[in-house]
Amino acid sequence: MKNSILKTLTLAGVLVIGLSSCGNGGDKSTDQNAANDADKQILGAGSTFGNPIYTKMFSEYGKTSGIQTNYQSIGSGAGVKQLMNKLVDFGASDAFLSNKEDSACSAKVVEFPTCLGAVVISYNLPENPALKLTPEVLSDIFLKKITKWNDKKIAEVNEGVKLPDMDITVVHRSDGSGTTYIFTDYLSKVSDDFKSTVGKGKDVKWPEGEIGEKGNEGCAGFIKQTSGAIGYIELTYALQNNFTSASLKNAAGNFVTPTLESASLCANGDIPADTRISIVNSNVDQAYPISSFTWVLLYKEQNYNNRSKDKATNLVKELWWMIHEGQAQAKPLNYAPLPAKAVAAAEGVLKSVTYGGQPILQ
Amino acid sequence: MKNRWRILENKIFVRWLSISAILTMVLLLMFFLTLLVSSWPAIKANGFSFLWSKNWDPVNSHFGMLPFLIGTLITSFLALLISAPFSIAAALFLGEFYPKGVIPNIFRNVIDLLAAIPSVVYGFWGLYTIAPLISHLQQKMHLQASGLGIFTASIVLSIMLIPYSVSLIRQVISMTPTPLKEAAYALGSTRREVITKVIIPSNISGISAGFLLSLGRALGETMAVTILIGNAPELPHSIFSPSYTMASVIANEFTEAVDEIHTGSLIEIGLLLFVVTTIINLIGRLIIKRAIA
Repeated sequence: MKNSILKTLTLAGVLVIGLSSCGNGGDKSTDQNAANDADKQILGAGSTFGNPIYTKMFSEYGKTSGIQTNYQSIGSGAGVKQLMNKLVDFGASDAFLSNKEDSACSAKVVEFPTCLGAVVISYNLPENPALKLTPEVLSDIFLKKITKWNDKKIAEVNEGVKLPDMDITVVHRSDGSGTTYIFTDYLSKVSDDFKSTVGKGKDVKWPEGEIGEKGNEGCAGFIKQTSGAIGYIELTYALQNNFTSASLKNAAGNFVTPTLESASLCANGDIPADTRISIVNSNVDQAYPISSFTWVLLYKEQNYNNRSKDKATNLVKELWWMIHEGQAQAKPLNYAPLPAKAVAAAEGVLKSVTYGGQPILQ
Repeated sequence: MKNRWRILENKIFVRWLSISAILTMVLLLMFFLTLLVSSWPAIKANGFSFLWSKNWDPVNSHFGMLPFLIGTLITSFLALLISAPFSIAAALFLGEFYPKGVIPNIFRNVIDLLAAIPSVVYGFWGLYTIAPLISHLQQKMHLQASGLGIFTASIVLSIMLIPYSVSLIRQVISMTPTPLKEAAYALGSTRREVITKVIIPSNISGISAGFLLSLGRALGETMAVTILIGNAPELPHSIFSPSYTMASVIANEFTEAVDEIHTGSLIEIGLLLFVVTTIINLIGRLIIKRAIA
């Protein structure tokens, strides 16, 4: 009996090992056709924010080039991890790599912006008045220092608006997201108080008593349901669903309503060569202050994991297309396209990508 | 020849069964080990205070799981408490009063269908219908009227639990030996007396098993709870407060967590959820054993 249990255990072990080794079997194929096909298949993963526009861009690009791109919208953090583990050809993220993440990568990773996203402040008040907010008032609301809608500080910037005597219910994104990152990045820039008590990040510790909701749809649903609620949602989502959004006072002192144009303007300043820049609170005259790039990341040296030169070239050409012809896909899908200065910076990054030390784009 | 084939066939069959059983066990063990290994950096960094600290601050790398543990236990047990009377009543109706016929059949299928609704649908249904009702209630009680919190999550969760407990309890009840019931009737018992004094006591272990099954489901439920609980990592003041559960924080933060300690802490929560579920299951089994003895 003992013997038979032992035998079974060994058999089970062999089965497990057999199953796990199956995965490595396919690499040795020498069939030339198969190799060509593999070179035309690009795999990317990351940002859920960029998913709609990336899917559209890749399907358009595939029609003319024959390149098949499979984009998995698994979240920015997971996309970066997949790239670090060299499981995808490119990653996509709503935040540029921190120094810590950068040093955790086994090889040099470069990144460039593909389009812009913005975060709008949405609210639900009786009679739906148009609200103006200043950075100070906004951070006080999210720090729970202002708790009533008829607070003097809100009334001061909204002369002539009838504000109800109601509690403010603050809602934030509970899932780690680029939207939260951009929003807290902005508040940390404009308020030292916010920076020291909450700080910036994809997940942060919000003051007690605030509600967390999952996803844009959760936050938007909550705001729609709850009189007196205020929260932040992505511009694309707000535009598609006609949400009421507050105009914000920007660094130049103008109150600006969030639109694709005003969000795009944020990026019309100077952009460093590595494109790692936070553009929130831009001092461009009519810029909406809470916007940010979304990035695509790839290895600077493309000769790794036995990748062919053809594949690397296909990848870089496709990414080049994204920042040029691909930009036409942005506005119809409610994304803010890259302004000229940002395109120039992105071109510089793509030209720096090499295969075996030689630049891929001539 | 034919005989030898039959012996061989039998051997293969028995071998197949034992391999399957052992593989399941191996898988569970590997699961546990993977969780332990991946959470090790966080276990080292957080220390034991992870268990009782109530500060969850990813920006400053402080991780404490107490609010999640408390939130998980309160929502799950409250949901079980709310669903219990309804599940037993429905199970008695279908198992004892009307075990056969067209209408009970429809009822049975409808209850089973409750289990087939995706939990995200429950979540949004709760957000759009239950939350406004709770919000009115909160206004009358002069509480923060968000409509979201432990109570809202528990109500929706309790509906999600009903099919699990009902289907098991109904089967157990319908298998009560007829002589037992007939004896009780012969002694002049009313139908209510037969139910409370014969059917329920004689099936107590099966009924508990039904609840245990649904409790396991409640502890691990993620999507609906995440939408309805308010996701606030703080110790609740009342059952109307927003709270947070272990499964929810993993679902919320895991995809975007890049920092090693942050990811590790989330996996550590997963490990502890595994442990908590096992402990509750063991306690449940112990109670069932006692009840039988």
